[in-house]
Order: sequence, then structure tokens, then C-alpha cells
Amino acid sequence: MTEELDAGMLATEIAEHPDALSAPYGGGELGRGRRRKEDAKLVTGQTNWTDNITLPGLLHMAVLRSPMAHARIVSVDVSAALEMPGVIAAYSGADLAAEDGALPCAWPVTPDMVHPDHKPLAVDEVRHVGDGVAVVIARDRYTAADALEAISVEYDQLPAVVDMEAALAEGSPLVHSDKGTNKCFTWPFAAGDDYEATRAKADVVVTRRFRQQRVLPTAMEPRGVVVAPIAAADEYTVYSATQIPHILRVMLALVTGIGEHKIRVIAPDVGGGFGSKLNVYAEEVLALVVARKLGRPIKWTESRSEGYQATIHGRDQIQDIEVSATKDGKLLGLKVELLADMGAYLQLVTPGVPILGAFMFPSIYKMDSYTFSCTGVFTTKTPTDAYRGAGRPEATYAIERIMDELAAELGMDPLELRRRNWIKHEEFPFDSICGLTYDSGNYEAATAKAEQMFDMTALRREQAERRERKDPIQLGIGISTFTEMCGLAPSRVLGSLSYGAGGWEAAQIRMLPTGKVEVVSGATPHGQGHHTSWSQIVADALGVPFEDVEVITGDTDSSPKGMDTYGSRSLVVGGVAIHKATGKVIEKARRIAAHLLEAAEGDVEFHGGTFSVKGSPEAKLSIQEIALATFAAHNLPDGMEPTLDSDYVYDPENFSFPHGTHLCAVEIDTETGFTKIRKYVCVDDIGKIINPVIVEGQVHGGLAQGIAQALYEEAIYDAEGNLTTGTMVDYLIPSAADLPHFDTGRTETPATSNPLGVKGVGEAGTIASTPAVVNAVVDALRPFGINDIDMPASPERVWRLLHPGGQRREASGTVAYGGVSTSTTSGGAA
Amino acid sequence: MTRVSMKVDGVVYEDDVEPRRLLTHHLRDGLGRVGTPIGCDTSNCGACTVLIGGESVKSCSVLAVQADGEEITTIQGLSDGDWHPVQKAFQQHHGLQCGYCTPGMILATVDLLKNNPSPTEEEVRHGLEGNLCRCTGYQNIVKAVLSAAAEMRGEQPHPGSFRDADDKTGVSA
Repeated sequence: MTEELDAGMLATEIAEHPDALSAPYGGGELGRGRRRKEDAKLVTGQTNWTDNITLPGLLHMAVLRSPMAHARIVSVDVSAALEMPGVIAAYSGADLAAEDGALPCAWPVTPDMVHPDHKPLAVDEVRHVGDGVAVVIARDRYTAADALEAISVEYDQLPAVVDMEAALAEGSPLVHSDKGTNKCFTWPFAAGDDYEATRAKADVVVTRRFRQQRVLPTAMEPRGVVVAPIAAADEYTVYSATQIPHILRVMLALVTGIGEHKIRVIAPDVGGGFGSKLNVYAEEVLALVVARKLGRPIKWTESRSEGYQATIHGRDQIQDIEVSATKDGKLLGLKVELLADMGAYLQLVTPGVPILGAFMFPSIYKMDSYTFSCTGVFTTKTPTDAYRGAGRPEATYAIERIMDELAAELGMDPLELRRRNWIKHEEFPFDSICGLTYDSGNYEAATAKAEQMFDMTALRREQAERRERKDPIQLGIGISTFTEMCGLAPSRVLGSLSYGAGGWEAAQIRMLPTGKVEVVSGATPHGQGHHTSWSQIVADALGVPFEDVEVITGDTDSSPKGMDTYGSRSLVVGGVAIHKATGKVIEKARRIAAHLLEAAEGDVEFHGGTFSVKGSPEAKLSIQEIALATFAAHNLPDGMEPTLDSDYVYDPENFSFPHGTHLCAVEIDTETGFTKIRKYVCVDDIGKIINPVIVEGQVHGGLAQGIAQALYEEAIYDAEGNLTTGTMVDYLIPSAADLPHFDTGRTETPATSNPLGVKGVGEAGTIASTPAVVNAVVDALRPFGINDIDMPASPERVWRLLHPGGQRREASGTVAYGGVSTSTTSGGAA
Repeated sequence: MTRVSMKVDGVVYEDDVEPRRLLTHHLRDGLGRVGTPIGCDTSNCGACTVLIGGESVKSCSVLAVQADGEEITTIQGLSDGDWHPVQKAFQQHHGLQCGYCTPGMILATVDLLKNNPSPTEEEVRHGLEGNLCRCTGYQNIVKAVLSAAAEMRGEQPHPGSFRDADDKTGVSA
């Protein structure tokens, strides 16, 4: 039995990975399932997490945090803490106010955006549970934690602001009273025909209000920071569990006034991020400021429960969406109005997250009119910011959910509705209604493959049978066809969206005398396997052994230039930069080879790591021989610099647009409300593949996080603004037992906007899976008159929908496709 | 302070510890055995799992004084030279990404396979539900565990079940 199951599972795996079977391309390294270079230290416990770092005389910092959502600080008294043995220092927000600056927001989305001051430690007022009030510096972490208890703070409680709509209402208490409003910004966008005129032509209009619940990113490694000062020289090394050492360095300089050239930032081994480490945090600034004051090294490591209050949260939008269409299912227009919860302050890109999503609501569909508006709202909660997908999962959820609702309204198969509206493969490149140029794609191919893997016909038949016999276990089938924009980003586009920086990435190739190669990349990994993939790109291009390539990342001394890792950008921008840098190495080496081989440069060919002269194959030199000759520099072309080393800073000309079709079948126990994923099939088209093993892992992990949002996770605040899901006990991160086996497949439509043909894969699974799962849940419940459910679709939520007022709903029989209504419908349980 | 003695990864240590000190902090801050990471403060995540007398235990849920006289194996002591089959399988099947959960996941697996050398996929999923991973979606972890189990039973892996690292076609016969 065991053997059968295991073998079956593994055989399925192989059968559904034809791409893994295909021959690699290029120089033989691309497309190859290399095992990761990163793993040796990780499986043996020789990892350098930030919290592992110890330094002579290291002191520990602990942060006292507000237990209230909103209060005026009357007084902070640290004197009792200072008297405790082993306590070196303690500071209130007022004590550090002149030195700790304000935390940055790099994305002022509108000129009139309200941008409140965000001190690393609150001075006059606390605005969310977990807002820092004071810090203690002690000889060890236990003493520091004890000393927090000795700090006395007097608060004058103010009203919490928890609900976004109430926050915008006249007379609402204000999060920032000096600003006179809880509205941060309104960002409008419209494209195509006038929406109202388009709507007037529609046979069917469907409106829904969807909620993107707040979620906690929960990278397994909590955040941490260590600052090592050389006080006499005003120089600092900052170790941080961050995704963005390069951006952090710039920002720490701007925030503290310390010269950028006096700050070195190192991201050691970083244990996951998902956007939560794409930020400039209070504790990074505080540790630096305190290390500067005391001239001693400082460490701070968050506890998980502390992190749930002090590390950014994700999502949290109310989405009002309306789609208008003809009775034949042709989309005419789309209208989206968002409320996006900023939380109490703006972190690095807080306001930009929903704006990134603005361009993705039309997704893969053609339409005549699109209108969008987003209002950012302050509440007394932890700030939100980028979480895996950052705006695109929210957009994809809304459009894919409402496509299913429109299909139901039209009585049309939801896949057929999508087919009638999506961009056909022969129409690429295609300018979306938002003005994005989708360079490539083949939605038909991905969908056909997914349908075949899923066995849609059999599952629909089973669904009909279960409905017919009123089986307590009902089957639901959910669809999500999606695209996303990856490879953040062309700098000019970011500029047009008011983002404060560019979207390029830097690479350097260094040829060592012995023929080994060092690759410096500004992309900063935290679990993705960059060192393996980058080695493959370089080995492939230069014809050197994979093992001879060493990748250097995450340290502003050794990798001085970079824009770091987020937005599925590392391969599409950073990987392409590396590829282009190898081209420069080859051209330099070609010139030297021609000189040494006494041939014209135009006659020297390079293949598989060897330069040879056209027509005289015996005249050849390996790239390693050229590297040694360049090092010796005894006989180089006149005037040539004695180096092959090359830099490339790549600024993409366009985004990339991965796409795919995800299909999910769920079984819902109508008596308990429990949802079980019966089958999950996804076919992703992420263009060319560098390493299929790594790609597979990225897809799996993305699916897990998207499914978790659909079924399990929700950060809940009570009316007083307390985070009631503030520990891992209360916040459900799915375990292996909660998640299904995924059947993954791929189609390959190369990106045309970069020479590697790659598109990015880090977020695809997260973006596509949430609507696939919820569409499946709603599909199962639709015969009961239910046409929406809030996320997460917990057993309680499902049960309550099925038992309004405790009375069990009866199914109205089968839901047949056919028949057209011209009514406007809105969501909820009918 | 209380005197405790424990053998960690083959070395005996004697220390005076505060009675409240967690074993995980003693291992990391006291003994410098930082291969064992900490992922939560509520005993949910399992990142800090070690073996005490061969049984997997979350070292954040044990006081250092409770481990007095015990023999403890951390990820740093699991193998000497050649990797343990579970370590090999995790790399081979890409059962890790950021790797933060990996020490705990591997040690929990070692204990799981000791008690059940031939687990089904379902048994693996339930057997590891005390160890959370945020990167992999668990599928490759499950594959790694099943593969390690087969190897530890002395069986050949199922044909086609491995994509060998150096096999360009992606699948070995």
C-alpha cells in the first residue's frame, strides 16, 4: 500500500513535468535541474543568520511597545530600568528624538498624499499596538527583557480607528490629528472609453464587494539587526535580516545623517522575506543610533509575537468591483474602487502596493473601458506593505472572482467566458487597456494543458452527481487564469508612478587568474537560490564549470551596487544583468585571444569556453588561459586594460508577464463546513527556465501562501484595535497536513523583452491560487444560493453561510449553464 | 543559578544556568550551538527542534535545567563527515529554500522515521505538522522524507523518482 502510494505520487510528478524532461538549451547549463549550492550549510546548521552573530562586548536591545492602539504618551520613566544590574542604557522616544530621524516612505503616490511623521520611537502619541515607546540596552537578552518591565509609561487613551469606512466618515477620530483627515490619498486611473457610456450598452452588470483580509507575512526567520560601530571613526557595519541591504544603506544614511560611505550593510543568510524584509524598520535605525551613542555593538532580535505587531502586514483592502458585459459574455467595462488600509504610518512602499495592482485588474482580458480609483486610509493598526505579489494578488483575486460571478449570471461555463475575452496568442505583443505592452503569452495553450491534467470532464460529472443526490460532501471547481507584471521595473515607468528610485540591477563578473569566476550581484537572496541560478547563467555563457563560479551577494562592501530582491525581479533584471556582463567579458577576452593567436578579432570565435580561429581549429585558447594571460599582462594588445572584469547595470525596457491557468477542486462537508482541496493543478508559463528544480519550489511555495490566504490566515483586530491573532497559536500558518499535493505543469512562451527569455516565478503561485480556491468554494456552495464568501473560507464561515440563523439551507438543485439575466446582481448569500 | 551537565553533539558541557533559561537559549547563547534557530515563542513552528535522547523535542519548550544529564543532538551533530540520509534527501529533492526551518524539519524527520520507517505520504504530512515551513509548500519536504525512508530501509529509489543533479535530461533511468 505504502509502496503503491509513494510510487504513484512520484510517477505523477514525473509525468506532469515534461519540461523537466526536455533538453537544456544554450551552453548546456540553462534548463538544468542543478541541486543548490546554498544547501550544504543549510542542512548542516552552518548558517549565518543575523541572530547567530556575536561580537566582543555585544549588548542586547529590547523595545517596549504600546499595549494600546491609540494613546497620548503622558510620561515615560526609564529610571528604574537603569538601576537594574546589567542594564547599560534606556531611552524614551523623546530621549532619541533629535537623533533617530523619521522612517522613510519612498512612494509618494500623489503630490497631495498625506505623509505623517513616523518616528522610530513614538514621542507624543502611540498609534498602533506594538508602536515602540522606549528601548533598553542590557548585557544579555533576558536582562533586557526584564528591564522592559521596569519602565513605567503613563498613557492617556485615545479612540482606536479600526474600520476603514468609518475612518473616512465625518467626525471619525483621527489617527494623526494634525493632518485633519484619515485619508492618505486618492489615486484615480481611467483608460479606454468612458465607463458610464460603456456600462449603458451592457446587457449584464455584476457588482461585488470583496475583502482582502489582512495577513501576516511570517518569514520563518524573525527580523534581527546587529550594529558594530567604530565610534572613533563614525563608521558602522549593520547586519540585518533584510531583503534590501543596498536600499537600506541609502536610507539609513538619509534617516540618521551618518555618511552613506560610513555605513556598510550586510544581509547575512536571510531566512525568507515575502516582502516583510523589504523595508526600513524602526529597530534598524534604533540599533544604529544607540550603537553610535554608546560606541558598543548592539543586537536586536524580534520574538515572533513582537514581530506580528512590529513587522509589516499584507493585503487589507476593500474592493468594490463592477463588470459590464453583453449577453454573449463579451466584457465591455470594468470599474474598481479600492479602500486600502495603510495602517498607522507609511512604511517604505505602503501606498504604492495597491497602485501596482491597478494595472492588473484587467488581467488577460480585452475590454473597452476601465476605471480605477484607490483611496488609502490610516487606521490604528500595524502598517501594511508589500507581501508576496504586492497588489497583483489582490487585483487577480477580484477579477477572477467576478469573472466567475459573471459566468454564473450569464449561465455560461466560466472557462468559456474567459476564452471569449482573453487576448489570443496571435495577438501578441498586445497593449493592455492600461497601456502595458504584454510581450508574449499563450493562454490557450496553458489552459488546454491544465484542463487535460485536471480531467475537468470527470470532475464536472462527479459534481453534478453529488448535487443531484444532495450528497453532504459537495464538490466545487475553481478557475484562475492570470497574468502578472514582473521584473520590477523599467526605471522610467517607476518614475512616472512617482516611485523614489529606479528599477535597474547591477552585476559584475570577475575572472580570477586561475580561471575561477566571481559573480557579484545586487540581487539579494533570502531563500530563492540565486547562487545556484547565477552560477548556471555564468557557466553557460562563459563555458566554465558550474563549480568554478562563486556568487557574492548581500554586502555593500563586496557588492556595492544593487536594487535588491522583490517583485519577482531577480532573474528578470539581475540575471539579465549578469548575462550581459558575461558578454562584455567575452568581448574583452576575444580581443586578447586574437592578439595572442595572431588573428583578426573578427576571425576569433567563442564556443564552449574556447576561443578559436575560423578555419584553423588547432589555434585556440580557453577562457581560463586568457584569464591567466590577462593577469600576467605580459603580452596584451597595446593600450588595453589588463583585466577581463566587467560590470553591467541593466535597466529593463519592459516588465515581463508570466501567466498561467490554475484549476482547483474542493470537497466541502456541508455538515461541518470543512473544505478539503481534492485536486490542484497549475500550468504556469514563466518563459525560459534556468533551473526547473528551483522553479518547481517557487511555484509550490507560492501556492501554499495563496491557498493559506484563501482558507486559513487572517490577522484580526478587535474594536479596540488589539491584534487578537498576535501569536502563532492564534494565527494559522498551514502545516504539511493542511496542504494538498500540487500537480504542476508548464508551457513555455519566452519573454521577448530580455535576451534570456525569462519572466520571473517568485509570486505566480501566490497570485493565482487564492481566487482558484475561493472560486472552487463558491462553486460548491452556489446551489445553496450562496455566491460569495469572505476569506479565509474557514469551516465556521462556510457553516454559517449554509446555516443562516442556525437553519440549514437547502440546495436548489443543479446549477445549469444557460439562460441570461439582464439584472444587476450584487454579492452575498441570496 | 543551577549547575547542569549535558552532552551536546558528543561534547559534555557543565554550566551554571538560570532556572528559567530555555534550552534553546542555552544551546545558542551559552554553548554557541547556533545551528538550532528560533522561529517563534509559542512552540508552534518547530524550527528549534533537537533530539534529546533520540526523541525530537522543541528546545524552546524545555528549560535548560530539565535537560540536565541528557544527551542532545542538534543539526550540527547529526552527521560527522558524510551527511545523514535525511540531509542528503532534503538537498536532492529541494526540500528547503531559505533553510530556516530545515534543522528542525530534518531532526523531526529523523525521529519520525525511527518510529515509522515506512510512512505513507499522509503519515509524513501528519508526522511533520509540528514543523512549519513558509517557503516550500511542503511537497518537496514530503518527497525528501519518503525518499530518505526508502534509502534508510536499504531500498533502491523508485525508477524515475530522482532527477539527478548532474543528469542533463532531468530524469535518471
